[in-house]
Amino acid sequence: MLRRALQLGLGRGLLGRRLGTHRGGSTLGKVEGSGGYRGSWVAPVSSYVTFRTRDPAHDGKTVGRLGEGDQNGKMSEIKKKIQSVLPGGAWNPPYDTSYLPPEHSDVVIVGGGVIGLSVAYWLKRLEKPRGAIRVLVVERDHTYSQASTALSVGGIRQQFSVPENIQLSLFSEYLAVVDDPPLDIQFNPSGYLLLASEKGAAVMESNVKVQRQEGAKVCLMSPEQLRNKFPWINTEGVALASYGMEYEGWFDPWCLLQGLRRKVQSMGVLFCHGEVTRFVSSSSHTETTSGEEVTLKRIHEVHVKIDRSLEYQPVECALVINAAGAWSGQIAELAGVGKGPPGTLQGTKLPVERRKRYVYLWHCPQGPGLETPFVVDASGAYFRREGLGNNYLGGCSPTEEEEPDPGNLEVDHDFFQDKVWPPLAQRVPAFETLKVRSAWAGYYDYNTFDQNGVVGPHPLVVNMYFATGFSGHGLQQAPAVGRAVAEMVLDGHFQTINLNPFHFSRFYLGEKVQEHNII
Amino acid sequence: MAAPRAPLHLVMPVWNRGTRGIRGLSRAVALEGSQKKGRSLLQFLADRFYDVQALREYLLQKQVLKVHQKNRPFTYIKERFGPHAAGAYFILKQGGAVKFQGKEWIRSDAHGHFSLDFLKFQAVPVEAVNASGCAINYQGLDSLLALKELRSLWLQRCPHVDDWCLGRLHPLANSLQELSLAGCPRISERGLASLHHLQNLRRLDISDLHAVSNPGLTRILVEEMLPSCQVLGADWAQGLPSGPDEQSQDKASPIPA
Repeated sequence: MLRRALQLGLGRGLLGRRLGTHRGGSTLGKVEGSGGYRGSWVAPVSSYVTFRTRDPAHDGKTVGRLGEGDQNGKMSEIKKKIQSVLPGGAWNPPYDTSYLPPEHSDVVIVGGGVIGLSVAYWLKRLEKPRGAIRVLVVERDHTYSQASTALSVGGIRQQFSVPENIQLSLFSEYLAVVDDPPLDIQFNPSGYLLLASEKGAAVMESNVKVQRQEGAKVCLMSPEQLRNKFPWINTEGVALASYGMEYEGWFDPWCLLQGLRRKVQSMGVLFCHGEVTRFVSSSSHTETTSGEEVTLKRIHEVHVKIDRSLEYQPVECALVINAAGAWSGQIAELAGVGKGPPGTLQGTKLPVERRKRYVYLWHCPQGPGLETPFVVDASGAYFRREGLGNNYLGGCSPTEEEEPDPGNLEVDHDFFQDKVWPPLAQRVPAFETLKVRSAWAGYYDYNTFDQNGVVGPHPLVVNMYFATGFSGHGLQQAPAVGRAVAEMVLDGHFQTINLNPFHFSRFYLGEKVQEHNII
Repeated sequence: MAAPRAPLHLVMPVWNRGTRGIRGLSRAVALEGSQKKGRSLLQFLADRFYDVQALREYLLQKQVLKVHQKNRPFTYIKERFGPHAAGAYFILKQGGAVKFQGKEWIRSDAHGHFSLDFLKFQAVPVEAVNASGCAINYQGLDSLLALKELRSLWLQRCPHVDDWCLGRLHPLANSLQELSLAGCPRISERGLASLHHLQNLRRLDISDLHAVSNPGLTRILVEEMLPSCQVLGADWAQGLPSGPDEQSQDKASPIPA
């Protein structure tokens, strides 16, 4: 087979070179058998190409070849060669295209944050046989400058984490890569302390009961016990406190993100630095069991536009996973979700939008010590210790009326003065003297319907799966959600945990899975 | 290709070091030079051949599974003989030593064999556990946490005890009086912050913790956090320049001309 390829190369060598010089002779020179061919040892096409560019003994042989053979056969071969060289053709073009995503991919994951990478990890881990599925992760900003994952405060707590069999603690083992140091996500197991006033005490008790049934180690404390345990708290106005002791705390989300990226790349997932601009889909009409006509859509191609360029690559795919976080609403609109008369299933949009949240870092020399948990006050303000130098991170979620404009990530420092500092200073008297060191803003992928995630396929766009809308808790739910989506993709149903209540259809049916305790 | 006699260290040396404990660390550092050549050959091969990469990953997984197997729960012994006997069996199987209340220390011999007489002590609680150098991890702690009257726990040089494990020690708060974490490579100040639950702790040993970023400051903060506990190791002046002492020494020993 190699000899045939050599003969073809020799036969068309001169023509091929002429084609090359029309486009600019240097393009042929760029193909060196590197770039897209790294790591593959069975690539006769590449050797065919390299042979053509590097063989100096071309001319003598090709002249003799051109003289023989019939003209018709030659013309059709030339036509075929020209067609294959044009973009979109079957043959790899003789210039470096390693920045483009592949032309075919089984699964395309839109969004390379912690949820998208978690889905990619579990897909690669649960696939049988090894290497069966080609996964492509499309991320438009590889610096993650606006990604919710990187800007997150990094807390995890038992109230939201789905069962223990997918523990973040095991993730450091799962993400171990040969030849690399073991992953350390800098977990602080200091626990969460939630404070409730008179109004919220009953709700907190029932919540704790539910959590204990799931196996969480939470203890309820009265103001007396609170004062004994944490002498720096002012318990005025606090009726009840729930203190999570095990498997709660905070960690460094950037470490997790980089660890996931490294592991997922070592497992063979392809990455693309680009933006999804279009979905090419086809529709088919069917009837439901009750006789209604429905239009089912199937996405065939994803157009990925390369960063800082007008070039795009159509990627043929079997499945699309929407893990775009704060921008998933826009991706869903591109796929045609929500284009229909309002009140119908076709007209139900994905209710995930960007909401801006501020985080402030301050220094307080007399502040609480090493044992400080992640404290969430009854008013909604929260803070946690950061490092060993008496620095604290904190913030507060604004009410619906005060929602800041999500157009940019500028920080409003007056918000700290008016809304964050007073409740915290009242709760922890040591915070009356503090100095704000820095602040940043990030997005929540806020689910305006019920502040809980959307997981699972869309009922009408049959091959688009959602894994978004976690409203500030995506980080802690990422391993579980990743596994659930991978099971849905590979087996067709959930196996380890049942996330059916989080299906998209609840937006149309109006069934809320309300989450009350979001921060 | 290259030297067939190159040492085939098929598993990442960090894992190897971990399982041998802190003495293994110093040995590994000495061998670093020769190991590096072998490792880079294997890395070279693994980057280019899927089979070599798969083989290395398989060996890594096998090591992980071995640790998991060591930390499995002994439910039959727990149901039949009680949680204290199950915990003791677990520790002895790992290679540690156990002391029941009123009895002598029981430890396994060089071949890993130990007598099963302790199964007869039905309700005698375990008082002290010496699990130094054992491969206990997050799951294995289940067996230890059932020992409700444990007074002294030594986890020196355990390679798999990390911050997550320290966060789980709170059920022992009523009884635990002595805890030693010396030389554990994975414990950092973040895990030490969760020790404030152990209000009855009287002796805490935190020497030789290499993952702690600032040992002196950490010790001060831990002492503030546990006021009635004596904290050993991690001299608070560690890392600080000695100041006037150093200068006077320089004057005393003049540089030969």
